Order: sequence, then structure tokens, then C-alpha cells
Amino acid sequence: MIKITKRAELPKTQEALINAAAIIFSIVCAGLVILILGYNPIKIFHQIIVGALGTEMRIQQTIIKAIPLLITSLGIAIAFKMKFWNIGGEGQIMMGAFGASLVALNIPSTVPSVIALPAMAGAAIIFGGLWAFIPAFFKAKMGTNETIFTLMMNYISIKWVTYLQYGPWKDPVSQGFPKIANFEANAILPSLFGVHIGWIIALVLVVIVYIFMNHTKKGFEIAVVGQSLETARYAGMNINAVIITAMLVSGGLCGLAGMIQASAIERTLTRALSGGYGFTAIITTWLGRLSPPIIMFVCFAFAILIQGGAYLQIALLVPAAVADMIQGVILFFVLGSEFFLMYKVGFERKSAKKEVA
Amino acid sequence: MKKLLALLLVLALVMSSLAGCGKADDSTGPDASGDAELTVGFIYIGPKTDGGFSEAQDRGRQAMVDHFDGRVKTLEMENVPEEKQAVESAAINMIDQGASVIIGTSYGYMDTLEALADQYEDVIFLHFSGNKMNDTNFGNYFGAMEEPRYLAGIVAGMMTETNKIGYVAAFPYTELLIGINAFTLGAKSVNPDAEVLVVYTNAWVDAANEKAAAEALLAKGCDVLEQHCDTTGPQIAAEAAGAYAIGYNMDSREAAPGAFLTAPIWHHEAFYIETVQNILDGTWEPESYYGTMADGYVGLAEMSDLVPDEVKDAVSEAEAKIMAGEFPIFVGPIKDNQGNIVVPEGTTLDRAGIWSMNYLVEGAKGAIE
Repeated sequence: MIKITKRAELPKTQEALINAAAIIFSIVCAGLVILILGYNPIKIFHQIIVGALGTEMRIQQTIIKAIPLLITSLGIAIAFKMKFWNIGGEGQIMMGAFGASLVALNIPSTVPSVIALPAMAGAAIIFGGLWAFIPAFFKAKMGTNETIFTLMMNYISIKWVTYLQYGPWKDPVSQGFPKIANFEANAILPSLFGVHIGWIIALVLVVIVYIFMNHTKKGFEIAVVGQSLETARYAGMNINAVIITAMLVSGGLCGLAGMIQASAIERTLTRALSGGYGFTAIITTWLGRLSPPIIMFVCFAFAILIQGGAYLQIALLVPAAVADMIQGVILFFVLGSEFFLMYKVGFERKSAKKEVA
Repeated sequence: MKKLLALLLVLALVMSSLAGCGKADDSTGPDASGDAELTVGFIYIGPKTDGGFSEAQDRGRQAMVDHFDGRVKTLEMENVPEEKQAVESAAINMIDQGASVIIGTSYGYMDTLEALADQYEDVIFLHFSGNKMNDTNFGNYFGAMEEPRYLAGIVAGMMTETNKIGYVAAFPYTELLIGINAFTLGAKSVNPDAEVLVVYTNAWVDAANEKAAAEALLAKGCDVLEQHCDTTGPQIAAEAAGAYAIGYNMDSREAAPGAFLTAPIWHHEAFYIETVQNILDGTWEPESYYGTMADGYVGLAEMSDLVPDEVKDAVSEAEAKIMAGEFPIFVGPIKDNQGNIVVPEGTTLDRAGIWSMNYLVEGAKGAIE
């Protein structure tokens, strides 16, 4: 009875209408669930904003949460542009942090920061990039499924860091408690305006990735490979080389996010360092339509939800799950609206049914 | 045009905030500290309804709040992992909401609290189970848990029939080794044939893994379980297998009434009330508090009806000596489980000696690395 057909190109106004409807539905629905949980939804939404932006300290906390999300999202966007579904951000963050820690824990504390920090960043980019290179290589050479491959690589990297933390890298002075030694002062990112300089790195990267994706030959090739392999082949592009380069850059950026978290936030390596940012970044990248400036706004909006959720938990004793749930509901509706953007749903007419019979 | 999506997302959130602004504020609001003189923030590693560690902390908090009857307000955050990003975010959010005292209740919070104490000089930081402090605004607190652990060992040693006692522990870290050793010494004092089998879960709070570890120990023939982890998982596993269980942290007899014998427990309110009083009076100074059974900071939960009178009598006898200060737990000669003498005859371990333990005593079986 219900007929689903693929749509031709939608008028812009209608597309905006569907998008707006998705947002409104998600807020109404999230509100309903909050109501069922016994809280006043308007107050909760209000408190999320107040909790994320209400004071200077809260804005700083929001920015701190947006930084790793944004850098990881930029990395993932490059892979997604190529329709290479890099679900491995979490693992690439971990390996980046591992690379950075390898440098930080092994250089003398007398090495100045101006040398130590770039060396750590370099190692992080290399390790993150290599971690993404492995699935890219197998995809290029053997046509393996990159979604499964990158996802599995996450668990390997997390287990690897867990092994280090509980085994060979365990701090000998920790009396058996499984933690890795803290970094020396030279391996810690400085702050500017109360937030570590990761925020400057993130903003610079938004510009660089935007230019890379839109105004360079490599960026163009990535987009073409994503649009159509046939076209890319016809144009004489080396598709395997494009896939591998894009994934090295994608993983490298995620790795850099790992270095920033290890250096500025944790000041060491831990098995939970990636903190789920690699997965949340998939959502923000998708919602940001793979465009660096939009991704920046979306990441900030998600950071508002994360910090607002932390605030709610303390201020109103609302379980942290409420903020997670709001995120989930928004995602559900926005992704759901994709369906309506691509397909038309209508009711089949009686006469049509007769014809079939 | 697709940019609209992101803009709308932000806009919608902002609009809902404006909608909220229009309403009259019907609550006290999180920024208003009310009439309280002092706001204290508590950071918990697990849920405050975990039936063990965090719940014991939260009961202490509640008793303290009740004691001060409106003069002290508390903020809480549960499920805060030991990663710096999580601890820092929790503490800073609490300070932002008016907390001038931050209490971090998990060992792994230590380095983060130390750094925060440097950064926020006007805030007092108290850390449970750590060994770091400073001269101005950072102190720590713990208790002589080895005392009630020893008593719990007496109960287990007398109750076991297979002479195998299971011990589910989080990490092979000194704090836990102390507990395992005290417990083993207690068990062996009444039953020289008893052995304590130790399994590590590698996490403070993990109900499923704690239960699974307990089941593995039960399968090895253990008929009494003890634990140094945060949930009631091992007690529930023991009850299902028809074995006995000794809890930890708080009296959790309702969780597994068919298995619960007793539990070494914390009376956190004893420390919180005294310390907060000192802070209110302006007489607080950083200290490294170590509360004993005699201080009322640690103790043994009332033994259940499953425990026969002869066991209760044996425990009472030892308890009386401990309360009177005549019964140190670690008195030489003590051998480790490799047969080396670790505490020579005529030596009694003091607090520093106890807290440098890196071995399991004879009778305790498990890795320490």
C-alpha cells in the first residue's frame, strides 16, 4: 500500500523544510522522554545551554571538549569524502597518543618543548596515519570492507594500550597500580586564554582541510574517487594511491587529536584516552555534511551537549544518560530525514493495486 | 543550503534556552547555593547505588549533610573514570557551581587532584586512599582497613569447609595487597590449612566481571568469598552457588541474604563530619588521616545469623584487643608466599611499613604483577 520511490533532485526549500522538521521532531521527542523521566524538558534544554555557555569557565570546558571532536571529525571527513567509511577514529586517536607517548616518555626532560612537542605531534601523525594505512592498503589491494576493518582496528589499539598500561609501561613507582608515568613538563601543550592551544591547532586545521578538500588536486581526486570510481579511472587517476594518501591524512589527523589529548589533558597515556570522541566524530562529520566550516559548528553544538550534560548531572542530579539520549534522539531524526530527502513516500492508489492483481 | 541543518541544530538549542529564560525560575537554581555556608563536591568512581564502595561514600556524605542541617550543601557526580579529562571536568564544574571543597574518592584521581590543588588555591581538595598532599589545600584520608579485614579473615577461616577461600580483588596494588594479607593472616590464625585464592578484575567497578571472577573461584572449590571491588557481584554469585560471602565497604546483607556473613566497612561520616567542622571553623589544615577501628572510621558489619556463636565469640575477642590497641595486625615472623621472611621476628609493621607492601603472605595465592 505504501509506495517508496527514489526522488529526483529536491527543491532547496523543501529540503530545508525536511531538515527543519527533523530538528523540531528530535527536540519534541527528546523533550517527551525527559518528561517521562520526570524532569521539565524546557528547563533541561535551558540548563544545557546555561551549563555549557553560562560562565567563562563553562565556555572553556565546552571548548576543551570540542577540540578533539573537531580534529577527529576533520580527519574522518577526508575519508568520508572518498566514501571510505573510516569508523576507526577511536583507534587512530589511540595510536596517535601512543606515538606521542613513545616520544614523550623516552626523551630527556631537558629537551625544550619547542622540539619535544613537534616531535610528539609528528610521531602521532605517523602512528595514526599508519593505523589507517593498514585498512586502506587492504581495501586498495584486496577490496576488503573498510567499515569492518577500521572498526576492528579500534579494539586492537585499545587492547594494545591496555596491555602497555597493565604491563611493560606500568609506572614502577605506582606500587602496582596500573598507570603509565606522567609526562614531563616539556611534553605538555601550553595554554592560551585558559584553554590549551589545541583550539588554535583545530581552527588552523579547519582552514587547511577546507583548502585541501576544495582547492587542491589531491582534494579534487579524493572527491572524484568518492563520486565514481569509473570516472576516476577514466580520468587516469591512480585510485589506489588516492585511497592510501587520503587515509594517511585522515588517520594522521585523528592521531594528532590523540597527541593533543595525551599531552594537554591526560598528561600521560591511558586506555580510555580516546573517550569515545572517535565515535562521536562520525556523527558530527556526517551532520556537518563533510564540510569543515559546518563540522566546526556541529562539533561545538555537540560539545555543548557534552558539557551541558556534565553540568546537568551535578546541578540537577540528572543522570548523564539524559544528555546522551538527547544526542541519540537528534541523530535518529536527522539521519532519518536523510531517507525522506532521498526517497518519496506516498500511498498507492486503489486502481494501481488492481493492475498488479 | 545544507548548512541550514547545522545552523538549525544550534538555533534550536538556543531557542529552547530562550524559551526557558521566559519562564519564571521555579527552582533554587544550580547557581544559588542557598543559605549553605559551604558547598562540598563529591566525585565517585561508580554509581552511588553500587551496593558497595561508592554507596558507602555517599552514605557518609548524606550523614554529614544531615549532621550540619542546612549549613553544608553537597554536589555529587557519579561514574567518573580515573582519566584526567573526566576528573578535571567534574571538579571544575563543581567549583564553577560554588564548591569550595572537592572530595575525590578514588585512588586514580590523585595526580589530577594534586594538579588542581595548585591551580585552584582557594579550594580545598581531599583525596581518599592517596598518599599525596601539600601544605595548604590538599590532604588525604584513609583507614586501617587491615583491622576489620583480619577479623573478616577469622570468620572465613572458621566457616570454610573446603579450606579454600576466594578473594575477588581489583588490582594487585599495595592497598589491596594489605587487605588480602590481613585477611589471610586472620583466616590462618584460626585455620592453618586455609588458603586464599586471589583473582584480579583489573577494574574498581565492574559488576559483571566481579561476578564472573567469583564464579571462577567457586568453580575451583572456594566456599567462602571475600572481595576488594566495588559491587555486590561476588556476593550474588556466592548465594547462587550456595556458598558464603563476606562483603566490603558497607553492610550489603540485602543483596545476598542467603550468603552474607559480614563485611569490613567504612564509616566515612566519621571523617567527613569532623573535617567539614574544621573547615567551617577555619581550623582545617592538610593532613594524612588514617582512621582506625578505635576511631570508629572502619569496622566490621554486624555478623549475620549464618555465623555460629563460636565464630562470633572468636571475632569479639580479637576485636576487643584491636579496639584496645593491643593487637597490631602485621607482627613478625611473616613469610611471603614464596617462603621468604618479609617481616622478621620481633618486628611490627607501622603505617609506613604496611604501605610499602609488595608481596602476598603465605597462604594467599595469586599474582602480584
